[in-house]
Amino acid sequence: MLLAADRAAQGAGLRVGMEAVRAQALIANLVMKDADLESDATALEKLALWALRRYSPIVGSDPPNGLVLDMTGAAHLLGGEAAMLADLSGRLMKVGLSAHAAMADSWGAAHAVARSIRQQVRLIPAGESRAALAPLPIARLRLAAETIAGLRRLGFETIGELAATARAPLALRFGSEVGRRLDQAFGAAMELITPIRPDELVCVRRAFAEPIAAPQTLHRYTRKLVDALCLELEAKGLGARRLDLLFFRVDNRIEAIRVGTSMPVREPKRLVRLLGDKIETVEPGFGIEIMTLTATVAEPLMPKQRVTTLVQEEEADVSDLVDILANRVGSHRVYALQTVSSDVPERSVAMAPPLPAAGPGNIPVRWPRPSRLLTPPEVIEAIAMLPDHPPVAFTWRGVRRRVKRADGPERIFGEWWKRDAELAAVRDYFRVEDEAGERFWIYRAGDGEDTETGSHRWFMHGLFG
Amino acid sequence: MRSPTAIQALRARIEKIEAGHKRPSAALPFGIAAIDQHLPGGGLAEAALHEVAGGGNGAVDGAAAALFAAGIAARTSGKVLWCLVRKDLFAPALQQAGLGLDRVIYVEAGDEKTLLGCFEEGLRHGGLGAVVGEVARLSMTASRRLQLAAERSGAIGIAIRRWRRHADAAEFGQPSAALTRWRVSSLPSVPLPVAGVGRARWHLELIRCRAGESADFVVDACDAKGRLAISSDVVDGQAAAKAGSRRAAA
Repeated sequence: MLLAADRAAQGAGLRVGMEAVRAQALIANLVMKDADLESDATALEKLALWALRRYSPIVGSDPPNGLVLDMTGAAHLLGGEAAMLADLSGRLMKVGLSAHAAMADSWGAAHAVARSIRQQVRLIPAGESRAALAPLPIARLRLAAETIAGLRRLGFETIGELAATARAPLALRFGSEVGRRLDQAFGAAMELITPIRPDELVCVRRAFAEPIAAPQTLHRYTRKLVDALCLELEAKGLGARRLDLLFFRVDNRIEAIRVGTSMPVREPKRLVRLLGDKIETVEPGFGIEIMTLTATVAEPLMPKQRVTTLVQEEEADVSDLVDILANRVGSHRVYALQTVSSDVPERSVAMAPPLPAAGPGNIPVRWPRPSRLLTPPEVIEAIAMLPDHPPVAFTWRGVRRRVKRADGPERIFGEWWKRDAELAAVRDYFRVEDEAGERFWIYRAGDGEDTETGSHRWFMHGLFG
Repeated sequence: MRSPTAIQALRARIEKIEAGHKRPSAALPFGIAAIDQHLPGGGLAEAALHEVAGGGNGAVDGAAAALFAAGIAARTSGKVLWCLVRKDLFAPALQQAGLGLDRVIYVEAGDEKTLLGCFEEGLRHGGLGAVVGEVARLSMTASRRLQLAAERSGAIGIAIRRWRRHADAAEFGQPSAALTRWRVSSLPSVPLPVAGVGRARWHLELIRCRAGESADFVVDACDAKGRLAISSDVVDGQAAAKAGSRRAAA
């Protein structure tokens, strides 16, 4: 029997579940490989570990060929749900895996949608799972094969039809499984994702005889777990880059906190501070019975020798502050800026990780640059003599200003070596001052003579102080 | 009228009372006698919060205020944390005001509440030279928190007040716990013997100053090391008179 078929095979008409003999009859010289379920499972486990490190603290496997990620409260750190899905499928595609990914309100819905879509990714907005599921075939409900066959015999084809019928007769005939799977898909019933915990990760665990719920208590045990974890990390010479603190609630739900650091850390005080900032987001419900703390990403951290010098005072370490802020607003929102060798102003700076600090290798621009840059530049009405005189007056945001003094033009050419469209593009920048003393950075698209170089319209691009 | 010595004695007593939780405060001088002598301690107090806003259109764009803050931050030592909501700051300009790119860490807070949180966290840390936050609303409570955090750690906090609309800028009159409050407005640049735009010039108003008097100055904008200057034609009194008349008219 065929267990899997790649894209070419599917194009040739082969389907998963077909008998091998039939497939060979359909296509001559068909290349078939014996299924190796064990190494499939190992590969899936590896993929799960990667997803755990990169995306979410709660990753479970959805055998035989799926992964399930609990993205609750984790997507915004990766730039939103859509960006996270795009990132996921892009990275999988790069390593040569063809995968479908879907995000929905429940595991059941995401499972069904991911296995039905033609495109790479699909994001079902919150509350729209029911509508998205309705047209899908009942085979996507994770029911036993004989149940599906039985339902088909009764004439049910789509999940929508099944959901619209009365539950009692179905339960009588097929057991409670059908109703349970429907509820799980619609998010009406809870479904526990069993998080994978690979042995290679440093992990500490604490179970409580009585469930705990008070924030202070959670904080206290967090500190104890961190202390234990740091001891283990020290024994292995590692420092944590990412920590996952999981709270297993008595009602079988898992709450998770994930924090990241910019450099490997195993200082209990700093880690407690990072985790403690997020404890208030944990919903303890009726109480928490188990807490586990895992160093999902750990890197070697060796003791460093410090040298005291007479001349230079060492700059204070701010990595702990960067970590606190990054965990509060998202790590992509805490950054340093670097100059890039580009003359086009909006491309001349690029974000860089805040730590370790770049050296002072940034050469300052020699021409004055505005302290505020408008993105995108705003169109202004200007009167100017061509080809290279500054405007006499211009109107910006409905206010007309007479130019008293001006500097320019500073000509900037398009980067034709990077983008074909900019082969002839030119901008002429002027620094102008109006009668009130306000200074602006304006430019004309084009060189003032040749219309190929630009539209010859004027734009406001920045404000000087 | 009391004698000045009595006032000084009273001030010393108040300082003693206030000093309970404070570090011995240092000040960052501007290097301009006219400004420094107006400020208690002979400069901009470290371990304190200061407010800066732009005048006129600057209340919305905050271009001059950002440069003024960058100039102050450039003269401190250590890293600088810059908290923003709107992403229109152009880093090369800060570099030209003396604040190198490798010294600044930016935090983009989604809203003002988060921004104030990051601002306070930065002030509390203690390893930073200066913390700058671009904020529109700064209530008494919020500014008090920032001021206390700055007092404990010794960092300079600069709140750049920047509003979405001109009408909101009236809020700058509300009291806050900041030690000083400045308004920076653009003036026509320093005249050059040839055509062109010279060094930018600002009308710098010290609107409020705890234990000091308000004043206003006409200064040349930050140079490549973040220093202001009072240029020759202002020293002879011509522009100073102009500034005085502006104030009278306001």
